[in-house]
Amino acid sequence: MCNQAVSLIAAELERRGITTVCVILLREIAEKVRPPRALFVPFRHGFPLGAPNDPALQRRVIEAALELLAREDVPAYGSFTIA
Amino acid sequence: MGDVSEFSFATRMFLKAYPWRRIDPVPCAPMRKPLAESRIALVTTAGFHLPDQTPFDCEKRGGDTSYRVIPNDVDVSTLLEAHRSETFDHAGVQADPNLAFPLDRLREMGLQLAPRHLSFMGSITAPGRLIAETAPEAAQLLADDGVDVALLVPV
Repeated sequence: MCNQAVSLIAAELERRGITTVCVILLREIAEKVRPPRALFVPFRHGFPLGAPNDPALQRRVIEAALELLAREDVPAYGSFTIA
Repeated sequence: MGDVSEFSFATRMFLKAYPWRRIDPVPCAPMRKPLAESRIALVTTAGFHLPDQTPFDCEKRGGDTSYRVIPNDVDVSTLLEAHRSETFDHAGVQADPNLAFPLDRLREMGLQLAPRHLSFMGSITAPGRLIAETAPEAAQLLADDGVDVALLVPV
């Protein structure tokens, strides 16, 4: 449900000229709802940026998400992989 | 892995039958300037609120579509989490709100931050009011703040 909510909010932001990227935990829901830009992450629900008190991992996820902002071929999606 | 197999059978059946809203056409706001020169806002659906704000209404049928404004100078560690969903482990975001509201990370990255960020509570099964009222209102609030880009994080 959270994945749908962020997607719907993102669409509204884009309509007002704000470029968005969503972190998404459930790829299959994003493919149905279609947020403009999304980074699919391989984490459990409740842990969208990986792990609590792990700034390095959180930052890597954020950087991967922000890289998608330049995409104009919406819907534009990428996947985060743990190296 | 973010996967439906994490959920109970009842939740999986609900998700399978649920009429997901389809965004069509998909709107696109191209970047207006480089990221380093852009003003960035955070939007979370983790149900965070400040200690002096009213928590989200966990009893509301179809979900609470309201949002809380989180000022940019907030001490992230003071945020309280009021998300009603029982489908995820709340321990992570309670131990470290940056897990779903990574303001400290954006600060460390030296990005230009918006004066206000937003917190919603997911679990909105009836998103009609979100689509018609609170999401447009929230978008206007960020537009009024001159926000260029937004990072949205569910839970």
